[in-house]
Amino acid sequence: MRLCEMTIEELSQMLKSKECSSLDITKSVYERIREVEKKVHAYLWLNEELALSQAREADRLLQAGEKLNPLLGIPVALKDIFCTKGIPTTCASKILENFVPPFDASAVLKLKERGVVMVGKTNMDEFAMGSTTEGSAFGPTHNPWALDCIPGGSSGGSAAALSADMCVASLGTDTGGSIRQPASCCSVCGIKPTYGRVSRYGVIAYASSLDQVGPLGKTVRDTALMLEAIAGFDPHDSTSVPRDVPKYISACTGAVKGLKLGLPKEYFVPGMDPEVKNAVQAAAKELEKSGAELMELSLPHTDYCIATYYIIAPSEASSNLARYDGVRYGLRITGAPNILLNMYKATRTAGFSPEVRRRIIIGTYTLSAGYYDAYYLKAQKVRTLIRRDFEEAFKKCDVLLTPVLPTPPYKLGTKINDPLEMYLSDIFTVSCNLAGLPGMTVPCGFSKDNLPIGLQLLARPFEEEKIFQAAYAFEQATDWHKRKPKI
Amino acid sequence: MEYEAVIGLEVHAQLLTDSKLFCTCSTRFGAEPNTQTCPVCLGMPGVLPVLNKKAVEFAIRAALAMNCAIAEKSVFARKNYFYPDLPKGYQISMYERPFSTKGWLIIDAQGQKKKIGITRIHMEDDAGKLVHAGDFARAEFSYVDLNRTGVPLLEIVSEPDIRSPEEAAEYIRQLRNLLVYIGVCDGNMQEGSLRCDANVSVRPRGESRFGTRAELKNMNSFRNIQRALAYEIERQTRLCECGEAVVQETRLWDDASGKTMGMRGKEEAHDYRYFPDPDLIPIAVDRDWIEQVRKDLPELPGQKKDRFLKNYALPEYDAELLTQDKVLADYFESAIRQGAPPKWASNWIMTELLRELNAAEKSADQCPVTPEKLAGLHKLIEKGTISMKIAKSVFAEMYKTGKTAAAVVQEQGLVQLSDDSEILKMIDGALRENPKQLEQYLAGRDKLFGFFVGQIMKKSRGKANPGLVNKLLQEKLNKLKEKA
Repeated sequence: MRLCEMTIEELSQMLKSKECSSLDITKSVYERIREVEKKVHAYLWLNEELALSQAREADRLLQAGEKLNPLLGIPVALKDIFCTKGIPTTCASKILENFVPPFDASAVLKLKERGVVMVGKTNMDEFAMGSTTEGSAFGPTHNPWALDCIPGGSSGGSAAALSADMCVASLGTDTGGSIRQPASCCSVCGIKPTYGRVSRYGVIAYASSLDQVGPLGKTVRDTALMLEAIAGFDPHDSTSVPRDVPKYISACTGAVKGLKLGLPKEYFVPGMDPEVKNAVQAAAKELEKSGAELMELSLPHTDYCIATYYIIAPSEASSNLARYDGVRYGLRITGAPNILLNMYKATRTAGFSPEVRRRIIIGTYTLSAGYYDAYYLKAQKVRTLIRRDFEEAFKKCDVLLTPVLPTPPYKLGTKINDPLEMYLSDIFTVSCNLAGLPGMTVPCGFSKDNLPIGLQLLARPFEEEKIFQAAYAFEQATDWHKRKPKI
Repeated sequence: MEYEAVIGLEVHAQLLTDSKLFCTCSTRFGAEPNTQTCPVCLGMPGVLPVLNKKAVEFAIRAALAMNCAIAEKSVFARKNYFYPDLPKGYQISMYERPFSTKGWLIIDAQGQKKKIGITRIHMEDDAGKLVHAGDFARAEFSYVDLNRTGVPLLEIVSEPDIRSPEEAAEYIRQLRNLLVYIGVCDGNMQEGSLRCDANVSVRPRGESRFGTRAELKNMNSFRNIQRALAYEIERQTRLCECGEAVVQETRLWDDASGKTMGMRGKEEAHDYRYFPDPDLIPIAVDRDWIEQVRKDLPELPGQKKDRFLKNYALPEYDAELLTQDKVLADYFESAIRQGAPPKWASNWIMTELLRELNAAEKSADQCPVTPEKLAGLHKLIEKGTISMKIAKSVFAEMYKTGKTAAAVVQEQGLVQLSDDSEILKMIDGALRENPKQLEQYLAGRDKLFGFFVGQIMKKSRGKANPGLVNKLLQEKLNKLKEKA
């Protein structure tokens, strides 16, 4: 087995026992990148020299016995939504094509403190608006399992790079499924933590009340290790929560006896792909075999999730993206005649893709005088109802099991021109963000075309441990996570 | 028909915090452009605001001083609009759930006390400043200075309780004084620490409904507020008298022409798309914190006035005037501590000192005659070294040069003449030089006594002790009368 194919746990053990160095691992990762990146296009920015120098520094620390932790010397990829000091951060948008932040995102700083090696910045849908990574201004990412298929989005680059062994773990963000969907499409693990669990400081905002940072890993335990590293209160983010960070890895015991698992009936609808439905139900049975208790229950407001999400997210986005005005940084196009309003128009028309503009316009409309009550305010009220659905459900069970996507990954180009169709594919993932819950994807099977299918696990706020407990037990009982794509 | 004005004022006061409302940048005025900025106030991608606790404390102070109720929960909202001095593309303000509401302020309106309602007080962050290269209309570039971006402001909105430009000016004066008293704002209108917009309409006297209002902007001094309002009221009244409609619009005051001019109409009014800022959690002010701030609240103008009445036995008028301005009140008390008697100091401050300060548009803390020097002046009068009359010219010289009273008296040889024989010599001289007047006096024209005093004072170049002159002259004239 090549070093780049291994997990954090395996590599960290080998580093400890001096069977390999961080430099060896990093070289292996870059070798893999040279082999497959041309086909996958997971990265927007790579710098081997920088990565190798960070690996050498990690090796020095390992040698000196300093900063010892499981992530020291591990090559990690970052979604290009994280501000990285001195390194271009584009959010996959023309409007930030030449933007170099003067500071690091808090999550990035935490990883730096642990001595990870930064492999590169990964591709995404522009401003995280999309479910396919086709929304990138710099070309789509291809699914390593089937290069003509979508890798999911918006953190498609982070999932594809991980799945193709072009990194050992990665960071993404999730506003309506942007970690869980690509994790599902690329057959890796990914968790969107509870809102407030990880600092959003330095993460380019899409929809502030929904955005959350989370890790993607090759295994449940790797994902737990990554989350532990980035979670916690940050004085720079008022919405981060001052709560202790548990040792998530300790929740990965393999035992689920007595754990109550709920299957919400609204998430198993007629018309969804039977292969997905079967895989998720089989996963539930597998956990039942391991001693968990299964029950069917209802989340009655599920039908309203998409509409609610596609009002709240664009509303916040329309305001968050106002700062890209050509005045201080990023793209500036002088309009004709050369007056302020024309500069704004020309810059924002050239800088944003049609999908981003569409969401800005929708959000501007839903917040405008006379429509605010009917759209934004109403959506906030429905959001409360959706949250209550989950509160009720979690009175009966500990973890909810659902599909991640209604279908396996579909062909590139099939939905990009049909936004409504694309929005509907978010149906199983947006509720988790609206309710602020933690939600995780683990691989749970493949379609007859050998395309990955994922299982979604949801829990009460700040009960990521319950998710890890169930997810790890499932992973132990199956070997979906061990399969590798042939590129 | 007689018309009356209805005015509501919106005051923006810069808070005296060391750092900005949502980041740690300095708020110091006058630094090199764009040197007091960071990723947060520059609106870089990915940054988040973190609320300055001191600003909240200052807002509590202001709310308490203006008798406002502090909300159990208040919410920051984004006010969205594009402008190059607004890096985030929105201002963080408050909208549906303001920090505090329903207060009042008492003002003096033509000798009567009048209560002006305060609708709301809330916090918000300031925008930056545009500097145009050359003349605004023809400038090829505009420069942006973002030092001021993010500086905390209090927005204080009054009820439409104000009825004249004078009342408006009085309200601003009171408000400014109060903010300075409680130490939350320096009240400097020239530097923009205190800014004021006005909503003004007119209606026939006796009518209870409001007329259509105009919003006035760009008035940066007490004088301009009064002028702009007077102009606008007159303009609207004239329209009403001709049966024309007042248009709802925003109007800019132009200082040079002395007019208000239409800036944008109702249909061009911004839709600010307010919504709760998802980056900030609601503010829930602890009741204990409010009580602590209340306890630590400095003495307010009314309380200070009562204390001046009681401790210094000043007349009502003096106490009122001295406490109108905290800096002046501090000056007064400092002079008292240096030994000046309260009534004397009060008289002197209200006449000589304020005349000089007002002429120079200075505040008492910028006065070249320090409280200590003023007390020194009093000592010379008390000892009889100089007369009250001389003291006035000594004071003028002290103000001009910043010297002590003793130094001025020394240099100009102004020591009072209290030597009997010297004065008698002058009396003899004056009587000798004016035989006609002496004859008339002795014949019964008593009024000429003053004439002789004047002559003697003139001879002494004002230095003769007036009491002594009176006494000795009377004795001398009595003797002459007896002889006659």
